[in-house]
Amino acid sequence: MADVTSPSAGTAGAVPAVRFEDATARLGGRDIWSHVDLTIEPGTFVAVLGPNGAGKSTLIKAVLGVLPLAEGQVEVLGRPPGEAGGDIGYLPQRRSFDASMRVRGIDVVRLGADGDKWGMPLPWGATRRARDIRVAEVIDLVGAGSYARRPIGEVSGGEQQRLLIAQALVRNPRLLLLDEPLDSLDLPNQGAMASLIADICDEFGITVLIVAHDVNPIASALDGVVYVARGRAVSGTAEDVITTETLSALYDTPIEVLTTSDGRRVVVGQPDASSHHAGPHGHGHDHDHHG
Amino acid sequence: MTPHLVGAVTLAGPRWNLVDDVRQILTFHFMVNAIRAGTVAAVLGAVIGWFMVLRRQSFVGHTLAVVSFPGAAAAIWLGVSATAGYFAGSIAAALVIALVPRTQAGRAGSQESAVIGTVQAFALASGALFVSLYGGFLDSITGLLFGSFLGVSNGQVVALVVVAGVVLVAMAVLARPLLFATVDREVAVARGVPERALSVAFLVILGCTAAEVSQVTGTLLVFALLVMPAAAAQQLTARPVLGLCLSVVLGLVVVWAALGVAFYSTWPVGFFVSTFGFVVYVAANAVRLAAGRRRRTARGTVPLRTPASPGMAAA
Repeated sequence: MADVTSPSAGTAGAVPAVRFEDATARLGGRDIWSHVDLTIEPGTFVAVLGPNGAGKSTLIKAVLGVLPLAEGQVEVLGRPPGEAGGDIGYLPQRRSFDASMRVRGIDVVRLGADGDKWGMPLPWGATRRARDIRVAEVIDLVGAGSYARRPIGEVSGGEQQRLLIAQALVRNPRLLLLDEPLDSLDLPNQGAMASLIADICDEFGITVLIVAHDVNPIASALDGVVYVARGRAVSGTAEDVITTETLSALYDTPIEVLTTSDGRRVVVGQPDASSHHAGPHGHGHDHDHHG
Repeated sequence: MTPHLVGAVTLAGPRWNLVDDVRQILTFHFMVNAIRAGTVAAVLGAVIGWFMVLRRQSFVGHTLAVVSFPGAAAAIWLGVSATAGYFAGSIAAALVIALVPRTQAGRAGSQESAVIGTVQAFALASGALFVSLYGGFLDSITGLLFGSFLGVSNGQVVALVVVAGVVLVAMAVLARPLLFATVDREVAVARGVPERALSVAFLVILGCTAAEVSQVTGTLLVFALLVMPAAAAQQLTARPVLGLCLSVVLGLVVVWAALGVAFYSTWPVGFFVSTFGFVVYVAANAVRLAAGRRRRTARGTVPLRTPASPGMAAA
């Protein structure tokens, strides 16, 4: 299987941010993907791409340690998954907070800072003061100052997403896992959000693994991509992976990648995971043969 | 013993002087105990209710209260303490509901609400059975369902205080991770918050609270102290600590006012608790609506958008 190392903006010889070794994820007896080998260098900005249901979120959950691998290994910041929790910022895939959620944006960010601790914080303690300073800092960093004190259900989708980025950043993570952060945003907001994430992570040397539906809004920031489809994953630079040849081989069906005059890539003929299961190619149940 | 009987026998009526009237009320031991019980139940109901409303578990809360009715009825029938019966019924039901498998999203799914509805109907029916097996006064069923707070014993007050103390201490320990898991479940789980164990613990806490409040308002009117102050507080503020404090204040106002009025009235006390709770909730909604309208006018109707930024093209 593909063992392409992401091109390094990171330091040579450093511990990889994420390393999968012959990894297989299984959910409900079905292999989501199998025999994945993958290395993500520290400090890089890497997109996880692929059709719906291919296992992009599963990949993120394996890194988090929330979903144990069926086979193989994953190492996160040189440690087993789940033990690096404090160094990981996570933004799960979600719709949004609904309008009746009567909690402020700043409270959500604060919970990201110390919500996992038991007991009550002393309102005059030094820890509490340090937390409040850090919370104000990240809210400022994402430019959410003007609406952080409004109920989170009442601000727009883009504003909610900024607050959630602040929440993910609040503990100074070394690795940021973002599951479709651009999903519910309109085009201008997608661009703004992508460059915000890229700038912050560049400035602080944070490794980013970002699940995306469309590569184009984040293309300019990318150091590499991981393409997940049909139970397999290939990685490399966007130029190497998002090509007619690589994707056709991955899908085992003709795929065409077109480049528009302004440099945007369009993948044509990409079957959805759901459609290829019931689809005309007869490949519905052969995930495990790809290893 | 019903409230209006007591009132009719002992009183001439209010003097419309707060100090004098309160002094008069406090000369009656049953009123002192009623105020103690009402105060404890109001504080506990307001705090736990705040989390319950945020977690959207009001239906569960109501069921846990209803289930305390057969518990108490069975206890009376068997000749043991009704207080023990209330708690046994609610805590047992909390554990049963905790066993129901949840949908993948972690929210109370349709299956859970169907199970809860079934449990609730069965509980009410069993309660009716125990009351008829006991064959006691017709009054006792009204008291269990709609509140009987004018016959609270010293022992019952002690039990209420002890349970409330334990529950509030447990809540102080769990509150922060519980809030995290409520507001932002997936991130909380990724951070290692034991979300499943917390929701079971909260169900048991909610069971204790429902049983406690039931003993003051009756099992059918628990919402007066469990939902109305908390929901009103959440209308008024989105700040967690302020909201909790406000919820407690509103709960106390409702209970004290209701007890005072019921003392001089021939109408049942449960009616006053529920009515005052309802008034508080409606008023809170009106305040929020008015505040929202004022804010919109001040700001203009169209919110500002973040300008589009470069960096979307060029692969």
